[in-house]
Amino acid sequence: MQCPKCHAPMHTYNRNGVQIEQCNGCRGIFLDYGELESLTRLEAQWGQQPPPPPAPPAAPQGYPAAQAPAWGAPHGGHGGHGGHYGHKRHKSFGHMLFSS
Amino acid sequence: METDPADLAVRMDVAARMPGVLLAPSAPRAARLHGRLVTFWPHGTPVDRDDPDSAPWEATGALLARLHAAPLPRLLPPMRGPAKAARAVARLRAAGPHPAAPPVLRAWAALPSWARGEAPAPGPRALCHGDLHLGQLVRGPGGRWLLIDVDDLGAGDPAWDLARPAAWFACGLLSPGEWTRFLDAYRGAGGPAVPGNGADPWPALDIPARALTVQTAALAITKAVAADRAPDEVEQALVDACARMSGVEARPPELAPDATK
Ligand SMILES: [Zn+2]
Repeated sequence: MQCPKCHAPMHTYNRNGVQIEQCNGCRGIFLDYGELESLTRLEAQWGQQPPPPPAPPAAPQGYPAAQAPAWGAPHGGHGGHGGHYGHKRHKSFGHMLFSS
Repeated sequence: METDPADLAVRMDVAARMPGVLLAPSAPRAARLHGRLVTFWPHGTPVDRDDPDSAPWEATGALLARLHAAPLPRLLPPMRGPAKAARAVARLRAAGPHPAAPPVLRAWAALPSWARGEAPAPGPRALCHGDLHLGQLVRGPGGRWLLIDVDDLGAGDPAWDLARPAAWFACGLLSPGEWTRFLDAYRGAGGPAVPGNGADPWPALDIPARALTVQTAALAITKAVAADRAPDEVEQALVDACARMSGVEARPPELAPDATK
């Protein structure tokens, strides 16, 4: 299993009879629903959560062209799926856009 | 470097109090497990790395806007964005000379001191995620996108959270269409980091986007030096953007045109 956050491999621990997946990379821990309830020591710490804040209304609007900084890369057209650009997009997406 | 337990507790508390924006922890506090501070989170489905067309740009913008509009917890530590950029540049300097380094270091030197982590940021502070990228979103229970990773939550300039997508756009890695979807959703949800109604967002974004471009370029070159290879095409796009910065004076936010409603 891979960590959903950093994609490092997960390591399985057994704690109080509950299987816990811990990431070898970011040390994040993932529990399936129900597993947490089995961890009695943590169960006592359950607190009450306030209701979610009201969602602000969405006001989608389109602008004809994106403003850009003067040092920005030249973008050909506004669709962003064209030749040179689309190539770099595919190459960069999976790693550059997912890392700190 | 272990996280300060008190800071972590404040950040966990923020996550627990913002359902619909941040993935709420499964347990309200960190626990010690095998000598480490660990936190507990429900499982979520991440963004598909192999499918750029499915990236949730609207959700990312709207979630950030709601995060930035939230009340700022009093005990929240400062957002570490500028400090992380400074650390990346220090690592680049320590890596030794590389032909791609000079334009990156020049772009860094031209930034104001606050953006280099040497002075407090001017302007109002907001609750910031502090490390936004597409790996920081998951579909939570119910299928809604949520932000994850509270490790860098902090009080700072909210434009810093928009700066990584802005840098991708400025470097040609994100299309104008995708960038506009993200920015429009942020504005539509009332995000405070940029003026609304079609006003130019770049006076607010320029310096943070420059800093993120420098940071990302510095980390990329450091990796290339370690692997004894030339920067790849994507890494070179970051270096090229740094080189273009030197020809264009930074636009401080004070010179921004008034946002008219
Ligand atoms: Zn991980």
